[in-house]
Amino acid sequence: MADAPAVLRVEKVVKEFGDHVITRVLHGIDLELRAGELAALIGPSGSGKSTLLNLIGLLDRPTSGRVIIDGHDTTGLDDTALTGFRGRTLGFIFQFHHLLPAFTATENVMMPAYAGRGFPTKAMRARARELLGEVGLGDRVDAPVTDLSGGQQQRVAVARALAHDPSLVLADEPTGNLDTESANEVFELMRRFNRERGTTFLVVTHDPRISARCDHVLEIVDGRLTEQADANDAGAKG
Amino acid sequence: MPFEWFVALRYLREGRAQTALILAAVSVGVSVIVFLSALINGLQTNLIKQTLGFQPHVTLVPHEILARPLASLASRSALASPSATSPAPADATAPATATTIERSPQRLRSIERWQTVLAQVERVPGVLAASPAVSGPAFATRGGAEKAVVLRGVDPERFLAIIDVRAKLVAGRFLVAGDGVVIGAGLAELLGVRLGDKLRLGAPDGGGAGEGRETREAMVTVTGIFDLGNKEVNDRWALVSLRQAQTLFDLPGGASTIELKVAEVFDAERVAGDVAELTGLEANSWMKLNAQLLVGLRSQDSSKYMIQFFVVIAVTLGIASVLIVSVVQKSREIGILRAVGTASGRVLRVFLIQGGVVGVLGSIVGSGLGTLFSLFFERLASNPDGSPTFPVDLNLGLYASASLLATGIGLVAAVIPARRAARLEPADAIRYG
Ligand SMILES: Nc1ncnc2c1ncn2[C@@H]1O[C@H](COP(=O)(O)OP(=O)(O)O)[C@@H](O)[C@H]1O
Ligand SMILES: [Mg+2]
Repeated sequence: MADAPAVLRVEKVVKEFGDHVITRVLHGIDLELRAGELAALIGPSGSGKSTLLNLIGLLDRPTSGRVIIDGHDTTGLDDTALTGFRGRTLGFIFQFHHLLPAFTATENVMMPAYAGRGFPTKAMRARARELLGEVGLGDRVDAPVTDLSGGQQQRVAVARALAHDPSLVLADEPTGNLDTESANEVFELMRRFNRERGTTFLVVTHDPRISARCDHVLEIVDGRLTEQADANDAGAKG
Repeated sequence: MPFEWFVALRYLREGRAQTALILAAVSVGVSVIVFLSALINGLQTNLIKQTLGFQPHVTLVPHEILARPLASLASRSALASPSATSPAPADATAPATATTIERSPQRLRSIERWQTVLAQVERVPGVLAASPAVSGPAFATRGGAEKAVVLRGVDPERFLAIIDVRAKLVAGRFLVAGDGVVIGAGLAELLGVRLGDKLRLGAPDGGGAGEGRETREAMVTVTGIFDLGNKEVNDRWALVSLRQAQTLFDLPGGASTIELKVAEVFDAERVAGDVAELTGLEANSWMKLNAQLLVGLRSQDSSKYMIQFFVVIAVTLGIASVLIVSVVQKSREIGILRAVGTASGRVLRVFLIQGGVVGVLGSIVGSGLGTLFSLFFERLASNPDGSPTFPVDLNLGLYASASLLATGIGLVAAVIPARRAARLEPADAIRYG
């Protein structure tokens, strides 16, 4: 595991907000995720977890420092390049409003590929349906996502995040809005994809039962990372 | 389907109420424009048709003999007619300034070698027909009644190509050969003549004005009576053969004017210029002779454009504001689209397409509505002869331009909302959207 290539390297990332009154939210974050890891990011609310995830997800730019994904330094990329890179390399699972309500489950799952290419293909559709089957929604592929329950919606979101085989999936409190059973199902899905496909996950969570089942737990407090001991035996995965 | 179209159409379908609202705005706007244009164009076309019903598009005449200073003219006529209290008619109206240029006394003159000129002008691009005429002031008498008339000697076939009197006959036939005369309905009434009646035509000898002028006369038979839809023309026109008029006006073998019909009526001024240059004759287009009418039409046009302009502004603002609201409502979704790899250009196009599609649909609905309004309005009032009082002019060009306009409005109105959508920062959009 230690010699697996780094999927993500965050170097001395600082993030400040505000024009007149400047608040520093992240104070020089350094972190590294290796391919195939399932890492948890925990910390009190307001500590900067979502801010960090947005920077890693290339949805925002750091004030200083670098975000390196799959060996590519993203610092100098313009908006178009960032968008393309994001679409190809990253998958997102959000807590609220995770899906596009105007579309069906299949359409939501196809969206990253469709948006990237500009045209739909048969393969995209087939892949979306296959993934929906894998997350247990084979019978709801054409349902408008607004007809699905919260847990089902989040499973569609997992399928969408994985549809284009990203190197890294970023999940911001993916289970925060679900009942215990659905939360468990969704996390199990992520862990299954992590084990079966080797997709790297970074999961922000408040739920200790979830962080306890991750390979690796990162804690952030007041914008500073305090790495905890590995929750699981990392060697078991090798 | 391209991604942008897919998303745009889905959003339009999803936001039914908003879509219906802006669709209604565009439709009403387009229908107002179609209706207004159809009505005003119809009225204008009708006016021009009426005007050109009795006027040639271009009239060629020899140049006036000008450049005779009034002073010398006045002194000469003073010598010629010692009774200063009864000057010649031409001088009576002339202001007594030495610098004023005065027309020579009325005297019909023939176009030199008019047959050659006729053949020449017929070949000018844009000229459909040419007709020679001898035309001048005369009088018609019947019993005790005497009326001033405009006597026109024409070549029947050629003349009909310029002004279709045959189609406007109310009695008899268009027969101007020999001693036949075709007169206006008003003149027939004023003189109390019917078909087959005889009347006397008289023309002052062209030799000059004032004393010693003698009159040439001819007896003619009424063969046809027309109604060209204009009182002045109906009350005054008398059409005879070219030869008859040549004799009466003492212009043997001559033609005082050549009249033209052009392919494109609003091209008449340009054709007149070409012909004038080619022949050295004076060429007057109907546009020049009806300058007042054209000024009126033009100001009508500008008020039409004014109204259309404000309709366009109102509709554009309406669409823009609805789309801006929609962008604000969809901020988070836009953020998600951006997060999953949608380029900002695609987001821009998603909203532009929504505007454009609404524009196209609105132009279809609006054209339909405008057509209905127009046809309804046309039916509201009609003339005694059954033709509509307000004829509307619905043509393909109108629909095409209204559709282009509406699509343009939709696109332009969508520019600001679309740019806003494209510029949303994905992180902010997801966090605060
Ligand atoms: N766009 C922003 N502008 C100003 N302050 C922000 C912005 N985004 C986050 N913050 C601030 O940064 C801090 C960390 O926020 P966040 O990363 O959302 O915390 P967490 O996800 O750990 O709860 C908070 O105090 C928040 O108010
Ligand atoms: Mg957060």
